[in-house]
Amino acid sequence: MSALPKRSPGSERALKLRRSFTNHVVTALSIGSTILVLAPLLLILGYLFYKGASSLNLDFFTKIPAPVGETGGGMANSIVGSAVVLVLASLIGIPVGIGAGVYLSEYGRGQTLGNVIRFTADVLNGVPSIVVGIAAYALVVVKQGHFSALAGGIALSIMMVPTITRTTEEMLATVPLAVREAAYGLGIPKWRTVLSVSLRTASPGIITGCMLAFARVAGETAPLLFTAFGNQFWSWDLRQPIAALPLQIYTYAVSPYDEWHRLAWAGALVLILLIMISVTLVRIFAGRGMLKGGN
Amino acid sequence: MDNPTQEIKPLVEPATAENAPLLIPKLVMSDVAHGSPDSPEPARSSEPSVVRKFLNEKSSGKLADGTFGALMLVCALSLFFIVGLIVYVLVMNSRPSLHAFGFKFFTHSVWDPVSGEFGALPFIWGTLVSSLVALVLAVPLALCTAIFLLEICPQPLRAPISFLTEFLAAIPSVVYGLWGVFVLVPFMRDTAGPFLEKTLGWTGLFVEPNFGVGMFTASVILAIMIFPVISSISRDVMRAVPVSQKEAVLALGATRWEMLRMGVLRNARIGIVGAVILGLGRALGETMAVTMVIGNHPDISKNLFAPGYTLASVIANEFTEATGDLYLSSLIEIGLALFLVTIVVNAIARLLVWAVTRGQSQRHA
Repeated sequence: MSALPKRSPGSERALKLRRSFTNHVVTALSIGSTILVLAPLLLILGYLFYKGASSLNLDFFTKIPAPVGETGGGMANSIVGSAVVLVLASLIGIPVGIGAGVYLSEYGRGQTLGNVIRFTADVLNGVPSIVVGIAAYALVVVKQGHFSALAGGIALSIMMVPTITRTTEEMLATVPLAVREAAYGLGIPKWRTVLSVSLRTASPGIITGCMLAFARVAGETAPLLFTAFGNQFWSWDLRQPIAALPLQIYTYAVSPYDEWHRLAWAGALVLILLIMISVTLVRIFAGRGMLKGGN
Repeated sequence: MDNPTQEIKPLVEPATAENAPLLIPKLVMSDVAHGSPDSPEPARSSEPSVVRKFLNEKSSGKLADGTFGALMLVCALSLFFIVGLIVYVLVMNSRPSLHAFGFKFFTHSVWDPVSGEFGALPFIWGTLVSSLVALVLAVPLALCTAIFLLEICPQPLRAPISFLTEFLAAIPSVVYGLWGVFVLVPFMRDTAGPFLEKTLGWTGLFVEPNFGVGMFTASVILAIMIFPVISSISRDVMRAVPVSQKEAVLALGATRWEMLRMGVLRNARIGIVGAVILGLGRALGETMAVTMVIGNHPDISKNLFAPGYTLASVIANEFTEATGDLYLSSLIEIGLALFLVTIVVNAIARLLVWAVTRGQSQRHA
């Protein structure tokens, strides 16, 4: 714009050329950077499938880890352990997260308290997972005297709450006010309106949020390092250390044994497939949620 | 009107000049009589409507509503409670180290558990350097990709590409670490390392020996991990710029880049800074992938090929092996520092992003 006053025809053509050149350079740069960014993703996934698929077999899903030096073995106990910890985390995290989301959307809208809580949720979302692990260690493990599945579940549930809170709130915000007013007009009390009208209308989106939070914590290793701790054997006891898939992948990845590296790749493939499935389900649900709750 | 057979008629009868004034005062009179506080609706309260009866039986409203609201409030307040509890627990457990070292803990550069000397400076250095290098690598790529997806990408490709870039965020840290250890580290050692040494060795940032594991490899992994955060949030922020702004710039004859620079980037810059800071917050706290490739050696070196150590990875590596109260509390104090830094960083970032997108969400509502 500053170049406008200069008006000689030659410089104007040069300016025009330069402008369109810059434009093309930026276009090329942004296309190039997108390709550059997609490359590691495809590399990671490709390598994961290549390395992981060759090591996946029935033993992986049915056997517990073999002792050092022996071939074979699997990660059955880690898969089950992960499931136990994740179910525990969901049982604590999902109700609290949805409740907080309901408060933010239905009670705290526009209030200072609501805004502060929303802000807290956003900030809590950015707390490093390892710090949550330390907190769970100090709160549960120290009290109990040993590592436990319970501590792992609590650590993961703390990580789930803020994500679920924010998605629930956003999804409830898409429910039209008219729907709620219709319920009030029928004389239905507020709690019943929230449960049977607002939450039900927004449920696809809220399920999406829960699954996203689930997928996020499913791969978390850092908060489990000194809470669930890992276990080479079968364990169902919530008060005892328990194996978890990400932990086992970490242990095997940093070990010096080729056989364990192979299993780590297989474990990573299983983990990523689980996450991929839930993220894809989320895409499907999210599409529906927008159709139902939107406009 | 005294005739009982005529009583139901006035309602259906068209109001004539004579009976209308008679009818209206009477209705008004009766309403006032019923509504007076001394005799609250004697006729109606004796037999309430079926609907009202049903509702009265169903729920007394107040109690259930109050309980439900309180329950939701408790859930919401639990977020405060969680943050407060984390701070309390970290402070209480790091007291021995806080007493022993005070503020010198963060300026002392020796970390020697054997002789009981604990200084966090090497970890602060490692965390800052790896995060900043990651930002330098990730920010231009993320912004270019955001621009590509928003303005340049053909419509049918938009959804799949944005899905793929966001999928990068769904890959667990430990899988990045695994890939880093077995693919990126050899690549850095054998291919990228020598190249960087030859071209940028004069800066003193890339000096042999290069083992593959080290600060730079960790930065590359971090850059890949924080890329989706920066990209998707800056895309949201850019989308919040009103279309009229862009159209106005285009109408003045601007090229696409000029439109982006003047109409979009300038308006969205605060939010983009917020997105970058949010990425920084993610990078500062990232643990597993970094721990697996950074080399884990508490050194302060300008050389990016040298192994380093970060706040998060020293906790991950040494926490379960820590012997003695002072060692453990030093690690917890590192956790406390990490927590406070990420809280501040995230708070700033959120405020910046809100400043830009708040208007948009109000417009939607």
